[in-house]
Amino acid sequence: MKYTEDHEWLRVDGDVVVVGITEHAAEQLGDVVFIELPETETQVAKGDDIVVIESVKAASDIAAPVDGEIVEVNVDLADNPGLVNEDPLGAAWFFKMKVTDMEQLDTFMSEDEYKDMIG
Amino acid sequence: MPELKRTPLYDLHTSLGAKIVPFAGYDMPVQYGLGVLKEHLWTRQHAGLFDVSHMGQARLVPEGSVSDAALALETLVPVDVLGLKEGRQRYALFTDDEGGILDDLMVANRGDHLFVVVNAACKDDDIAHMQAGLGGPVSVEPVTDRGLLALQGPEAEAALARLVPGVAGLRFMDVATFDWEGAELWVSRSGYTGEDGFEISVPEGRTVGLAEALLAMDEVEAIGLGARDSLRLEAGMCLYGHDIDRTTSPVEAALEWAIQKVRRRGGDRAGGFPGADRILEELETGAARRRVGLLPDGRAPMREGTELFVGDTRIGSVTSGGFAPSLERPVSMGYVSTDHAATGTGVEAEVRGKRLPATVADLPFRPSTYKR
Repeated sequence: MKYTEDHEWLRVDGDVVVVGITEHAAEQLGDVVFIELPETETQVAKGDDIVVIESVKAASDIAAPVDGEIVEVNVDLADNPGLVNEDPLGAAWFFKMKVTDMEQLDTFMSEDEYKDMIG
Repeated sequence: MPELKRTPLYDLHTSLGAKIVPFAGYDMPVQYGLGVLKEHLWTRQHAGLFDVSHMGQARLVPEGSVSDAALALETLVPVDVLGLKEGRQRYALFTDDEGGILDDLMVANRGDHLFVVVNAACKDDDIAHMQAGLGGPVSVEPVTDRGLLALQGPEAEAALARLVPGVAGLRFMDVATFDWEGAELWVSRSGYTGEDGFEISVPEGRTVGLAEALLAMDEVEAIGLGARDSLRLEAGMCLYGHDIDRTTSPVEAALEWAIQKVRRRGGDRAGGFPGADRILEELETGAARRRVGLLPDGRAPMREGTELFVGDTRIGSVTSGGFAPSLERPVSMGYVSTDHAATGTGVEAEVRGKRLPATVADLPFRPSTYKR
């Protein structure tokens, strides 16, 4: 598992990454009540805001961690946004994307590095 | 930035694991361990304890009888204060010369004086406004040595009556003084959640003790500002500085119910408050825009600032909005032009560049459960 400074986790499976948000991020957001996911087959660039996540407190965006194509989204989340609070590292994955340039993954943090960052 | 003030309960909040945020010049708990959603639902099902000690409390003490204070206060609010009986409380508004709203408040007749509770962010201005406006024979005495707690929810009566049995005899908007182990409590049966419940002014040094005694009960949980906001939104109540302010008149804000007949045209004490010309006119002819409830057709919350349209015409904007935990859906309130204010009117809200449908709805979203 790799981690971004934006509190996303990435699980790499060949040239596909599964992306979600960390427990720390879910806790900071509070109870999630609405999620808008991207369309599949969309080409996205690193940094594009592609997911809207609304908690009881506020709306936030989740950015594409790398360049690539959205190949699958977790449709269960739209019906049950609270999954993000219940199981952020498992059932509440957001999307899978086919990575254009695997080298973009090299800069991301390990679990230990991420834990150091959030203190 | 000036140092944030703390209420008498600050240390209790942190010991309970509260997340503290700046609010109206105070360090206040926005949520505790349960989180906003569960705190909201707990209050609707059991009893929630809120620290509202940041709010402004003041006594208006007349030289003569309380009716002198009532008549003096009537020069600042479009409300029948003189008709407020001893032991009763009423919602009121400070208006300005243009008919805008300076603040909203609760005013209680406590026999030989009036007691008011105003919003934290406005309290210094409100005190100055009353001191300037009420004149010599009524002294405005800020109450700075008392905390203020709210206990809200269907089990609030059972919980508070365990400490102060007499409160069970109060009805909605009654006020009375009670003794709790030597502490004088000023209790009203009211709140900001749409639930039955109480607001309790307590001597500063006894605030922690009272809060701890309540929190020790199974049915009581500490509830933060986050849930306070979603509870009042479901109850259709205004948040000053968001849903009402100096740019909104009482009629635009759909608060006509707060202006009794005696202060309207044809009443015995018609007018005589700031902005009366505009407000009395609008009471008869209506205003160009109106505060309404809005139910998004979809699941996306429509938050404060969201612009509202019918076709290409901008007809208003959202002033409060979010997820309503008890209704399990998003709700909003906002202002729309009066020709689009009828219940059931379809509008569109611009959310993140997309037009999403919503429907004008009656307030409150959830009926109140007051003990009348």
